[in-house]
Amino acid sequence: MQTVLSIAVDALAYGMVLFVISIGLSVTMGLMRVVNLAHGAFAMIGGYIASYAARDLGLGYGAAVLLAVVGTVIISIPIERLLYRRIYGAPELTQVLMTIGITFCIIGIANYVFGPTLKTIPLPGALQSSVDLGFRTIGTHRIFAIVCGLIVALALWYTIEKTSFGVKLRASVDNPAMAAALGVRTEVVYAVSFAVAVGLAAFGGVVGAELLPVEPYYALRYMVTFLVVVSVGGAGSISGALLACLILGCIDTTGRYLMPEYGEFFFYLAVIAIVCVFPRGFAGRMK
Amino acid sequence: MALTLEREAAPTVTRHRTFGQDLIAVAVIVVVAAAGYLLFPDNLALLTRLIAIALLVLSLDLVTGYCGVATLGHAALFGAGAYAAGIVSAHYGINDPLLMTLAGIVAGAVAGLICGVVILRAHGLPQLVLSIALIYLFHEFANKASSWTGGSDGLSGISADPLFGTFEFDLYGHTAYIYGVALLLITLVLLRILVRSPFGMLCRGIRQDPLRIRAMGASPKMALIKMYVISGAVAGVGGALTAISTQVVGLDSLSFTQSAEALVMLVLGGTGSLFGALVGTLIFMLFEDYVSAANPFHWLTLVGALLILVVLFAPKGIYGTAAAYLARRREART
Repeated sequence: MQTVLSIAVDALAYGMVLFVISIGLSVTMGLMRVVNLAHGAFAMIGGYIASYAARDLGLGYGAAVLLAVVGTVIISIPIERLLYRRIYGAPELTQVLMTIGITFCIIGIANYVFGPTLKTIPLPGALQSSVDLGFRTIGTHRIFAIVCGLIVALALWYTIEKTSFGVKLRASVDNPAMAAALGVRTEVVYAVSFAVAVGLAAFGGVVGAELLPVEPYYALRYMVTFLVVVSVGGAGSISGALLACLILGCIDTTGRYLMPEYGEFFFYLAVIAIVCVFPRGFAGRMK
Repeated sequence: MALTLEREAAPTVTRHRTFGQDLIAVAVIVVVAAAGYLLFPDNLALLTRLIAIALLVLSLDLVTGYCGVATLGHAALFGAGAYAAGIVSAHYGINDPLLMTLAGIVAGAVAGLICGVVILRAHGLPQLVLSIALIYLFHEFANKASSWTGGSDGLSGISADPLFGTFEFDLYGHTAYIYGVALLLITLVLLRILVRSPFGMLCRGIRQDPLRIRAMGASPKMALIKMYVISGAVAGVGGALTAISTQVVGLDSLSFTQSAEALVMLVLGGTGSLFGALVGTLIFMLFEDYVSAANPFHWLTLVGALLILVVLFAPKGIYGTAAAYLARRREART
């Protein structure tokens, strides 16, 4: 019982971090139909900026997070305008190659600037302590990550379902040409959602730095995981992504606890099974 | 009257021309291979590896360039061939290089069948994810079955007998290199015949419009799976060649990185043409050897920038763009 609860808590924390990072990818993929392999690279940039701000500039944790999100969004704007604009609607192979190219460039440049070592983001005192849950103690930062995930999910749900921007966004996802004809400025919707997606990636990269350590090959190592989440959940769906993150987090954590020697074998086996059964993801719409 | 005559004559002319092109291509490869042999006698190991990777990229071209299947897990077929050739030698004592190559071909084809059946179930993003999950599954499996594959230490104890009983695989890799060039030439000629055959045309048709192919009565899925098996056999040849020449098979031959690199090489050279695959491999591997020796991160930045440039300005790849340019020149002259 103790093991089950321990696994559940760890899986929840891991799944929430995955969710915060990959929900942006899911939204942009559903909206712009771009297979964006560079999404993890934006999370990595966020981690690097936060680490630089907290360790070298001596800023507080909150300021570092803010700086990371804003900085990553600013970096992403020219990339979106110059590169992503040209591959909207292109064949998948083109999109994959372009975004892999961007990922390689970002990895190379980040390492040239910051050096090839593991970057830590010092936590504030309040998050370093641990909490006794009765059956085990858990680091406060994990609870913080879970809460952040829940807040992001709620905020996104509210924005997409209840605000007028959400209405325009959903219209643009369903039928961009018709939405544009009705006066929705799809360009603006695209740009804003891309910026939000990148900002969330950076936020997730910083908050999840304890679980997914920020290091040179971060963008390549977790690129696959984020893609898998989106594909399993169904592009463009918040609830699907949440479900996918929880299930995949659960499978991965269980595998690590009970059969560590098998590595990620069962994780990928489960992915293949799920994708074969639900080719459009849990919440994917039939076309 | 003259018009009809011309029309009838046209196909034979093009057939002659393509046959001539084939001869020229074979001659060019022989000349380049000989030049490599004479200019870099100390670097034959690198050149042999280049040939093995070229076979992998050719095999990827068959499914990506000709059939339009985007995959990031193609090294699974290559690694299967490498491990099969290695296991046959290390555990069963079958050291004849030709039999080892045959084992590689069979294992590659079987892996191709498995991957094809799984990957072709989906389209678009799920297809990509399936291919990635497959390569990781193969990787973890090879890592786990360490009594067979040596796990993360790599499979050692491979020693190939002399080729045809006379040509020994020496320390300098002369025999391995010549064997590799021969394998590459045979594969290339066979593939040229394949892609021009009705079956090759069918596959191109499937890439352009699967619905129409189905309306014409052919089964796109069966054709694609067949192509996947052929592609697996080609990749298996490459894998067996690395096992024979380096006498060790590592987990990196089954890695996601290897698959992604193969895709990058293919696109750099140009998809949908066999020579594009060869040109891409040659350029990528030689540059990698020079630049990454200096600084691996500069190499990543450079490859990334190159990829972006190719996608934006030369979507047909280096070979495709050059060929189109030459064709335009020729047309302008006549």
